[in-house]
Amino acid sequence: MNPTCPMPRAETERVLLGHGSGGQLMAELLGKVITPDLLGPGVAEDAALVPFNGGQAVLSTDSFVVTPRFFPGGDIGSLAVHGTVNDLAMRGAAPVALCLAYVLEEGLPIDDLARITASVAAAARSAGVPVVTGDTKVVGRGAADGIYVTTTGLGALLPGAHVSAAHGRAGDVVLLSGPIGCHGTAILAAREDLGFESEISSDSQALHRLVARMIAAAGPDVHTLRDPTRGGLASALNEIADAAAVGIEIEEALLPVPAPVSAACELLGLDPLHVANEGCLVALVSPRAADAVLAAMRDGPEATAARAIGTVTAGPAGRVTAHTLVGSTRVVDMLVGEQLPRIC
Amino acid sequence: MKYLDEYRDPVLARRLLEELRKLATKPWTIMEVCGGQTHTIVRQGIDELLPAGIRMIHGPGCPVCVTPLAMVDKAVAIAARPEVTFTSYGDMLRVPGSTGDLVGVKARGGDVRVVYSPLDAVRIAEAHPDRQVVFFAVGFETTAPANAMAVLHAAARGLANFTVLVSHVLVPPAITAILDAPDNEVRGFLAAGHVCAVMGYTQYEPIAARYRVPIVVTGFEPLDLIEGILMTVRQLEEGRAEVENQYARAVHRAGNTAAQDAIREVFTVTARSWRGVGEIPASGLALAPRYAAYDAEHRFAVESLNTTEHPACIAGDILRGTRLPTDCAAYGTACTPRTPLGAPMVSAEGTCAAFHGAGRQRSTVGSR
Amino acid sequence: MCLGIPGRIVEVRASADRPDLRTGIVDFEGLRRPVCLVYTPEAQIGDYVIVHVGFAISRVDEAEAARTLAVIRAIPDALARELGTTLERT
Repeated sequence: MNPTCPMPRAETERVLLGHGSGGQLMAELLGKVITPDLLGPGVAEDAALVPFNGGQAVLSTDSFVVTPRFFPGGDIGSLAVHGTVNDLAMRGAAPVALCLAYVLEEGLPIDDLARITASVAAAARSAGVPVVTGDTKVVGRGAADGIYVTTTGLGALLPGAHVSAAHGRAGDVVLLSGPIGCHGTAILAAREDLGFESEISSDSQALHRLVARMIAAAGPDVHTLRDPTRGGLASALNEIADAAAVGIEIEEALLPVPAPVSAACELLGLDPLHVANEGCLVALVSPRAADAVLAAMRDGPEATAARAIGTVTAGPAGRVTAHTLVGSTRVVDMLVGEQLPRIC
Repeated sequence: MKYLDEYRDPVLARRLLEELRKLATKPWTIMEVCGGQTHTIVRQGIDELLPAGIRMIHGPGCPVCVTPLAMVDKAVAIAARPEVTFTSYGDMLRVPGSTGDLVGVKARGGDVRVVYSPLDAVRIAEAHPDRQVVFFAVGFETTAPANAMAVLHAAARGLANFTVLVSHVLVPPAITAILDAPDNEVRGFLAAGHVCAVMGYTQYEPIAARYRVPIVVTGFEPLDLIEGILMTVRQLEEGRAEVENQYARAVHRAGNTAAQDAIREVFTVTARSWRGVGEIPASGLALAPRYAAYDAEHRFAVESLNTTEHPACIAGDILRGTRLPTDCAAYGTACTPRTPLGAPMVSAEGTCAAFHGAGRQRSTVGSR
Repeated sequence: MCLGIPGRIVEVRASADRPDLRTGIVDFEGLRRPVCLVYTPEAQIGDYVIVHVGFAISRVDEAEAARTLAVIRAIPDALARELGTTLERT
């Protein structure tokens, strides 16, 4: 470090925690360092369609590093199953099978591993997706934080499904399957260092049956599906507005934010639109099919409170705006980096 | 939430705005001092609903933004020491210093932790007697009683491994400095509700009288802010210049005397340098000599580093309200929340970051 | 500056390590946290306090809170009058 350097400078040479927060920092890391060599430019999707044997397979993979490992409403095991099942579902696929990989830190209680594995098994059973193969590695103490779980999913396209982040069109209705902010605030509240106790449970759940109902109701009229995980609803909407080169307008008053989630956000100075979810989805749906899709969504336990929250506009491309509570408008931006509790 | 949701009612907001429209016959420039109020105004788009001619200027009320570069550099230098566990409110972690920010220190192996309360920092010190625990005590009068109690608590527990890096600032001297500036355009102030919950508002009465400016103690919810603006405009239209209290549910004229006692016990008033503004006499708090043992600057003997702001940054003008973020050549291009050149782009309550987060475009403010 | 959020005191006790440090549990609609009450000695269980960085800095005055709202509600609603409806529940 050079203490006489005259320019204020933010960290740009090392990976920061914020690079993993699903916001602008992550987009930057992917765009500059990771995808150019691997994929080239293109639309960011949660899962890939792969030509295979004359048809198409759907593939997705995800690593899970959550702290704490056990939290109200789930644990790292069930989360790893739901996360990958949902990534497949957001491409209009039914999950067929899962692969599971563990990285274990020396010293992890065997009991924790047993509980997490039982949770993986229960979640996979409940989702109706078998875990068909896997891998386990152990690293020295300090080289990992207890346990990291990676799941890879194989899926088959649902008949009639034709969804992509790029398919949104002006006039589409924006549907949201349920309350937002539960997962992120449950994790924050469960972290001892902030000293909170809450009744907030993670919304972690598998959404593939919900997606199957939606596709059955409207087929290709379901244009886009996205589960607003890290970075929250704001980042998901920005990504899909960007990918489809459309604008999105939402009504702040229509956003379902449970009271304790709202309280946690007020206290910690967070925006519920930026808080992670693990069990809800946002959909862009052709207006003629919106009512049918909404009815299909509500016709199951994952989305009883599904509702329309806004519309897709012609643009400006990539611009997400909210009508505020007091009747004005503002732009809804992506999360920048790591969400830090603030006091001011 | 009770006492929050009621003050966000769109129907009542519309009534207040209607009343304001009837009342305002001339253009008026009003400053909200507090970053929390800036956040509500910009996030809810309240300034765009105001009658033409009522202009809100966003004041220097974000402690993150006004903490001087030299102090951020000291924090970074202390946090990088191997024996130190550096604790801070989350706000300060991404503030750029001359050589990087606290997030960068953490990425390079420093033990930097976010705490919600200063008492949590004391608890970390108690739990880890082998570590030197430093708490970054920033903030305005609202935060001073909490930071004071952390020092008192550590002293009562006889903790030898707890110190605070103090960068406290005070609101009334900043208001006076703004009013003394020859290019000042501010005709009325919304005083910060929570600062006044602690300090009361008698300190503002001589300012209102001397400079002939209305000052309205105002809360943080949309209805509070619109009513505070309405009360200020009413005074201006009637030619009055008084201190009024819109936020009576939380603020008494004398403030919180127990909290004031703790501030007086632990801190003394001192000159402070405000980032982007410069030094203002008697505008901050430093540890009183009897608590010097808890002063991180003494313990770690960090020298005053010679620091310079980025030449493109117009933070000083923005904090004094003479220019808008959207007037800055670097706004949204070289300077973004991801790569802030100056502090107002860092905190969500910094004026520049608030504008950027709400999608305000350069030179086309309020275009919708 | 200075996020301060109103919450309801549901428990009051002396701090375990500092009997003179009055502490309480404050409920924020389902989210609870220990809060230092040393600066609000008058606040009792059931009272709402404004909490900033783990400290209650002010007790919420219920009568004043209601009065502020009553003053605003007393402002006639021009648009509602024009439409001949209250529009209170849109």
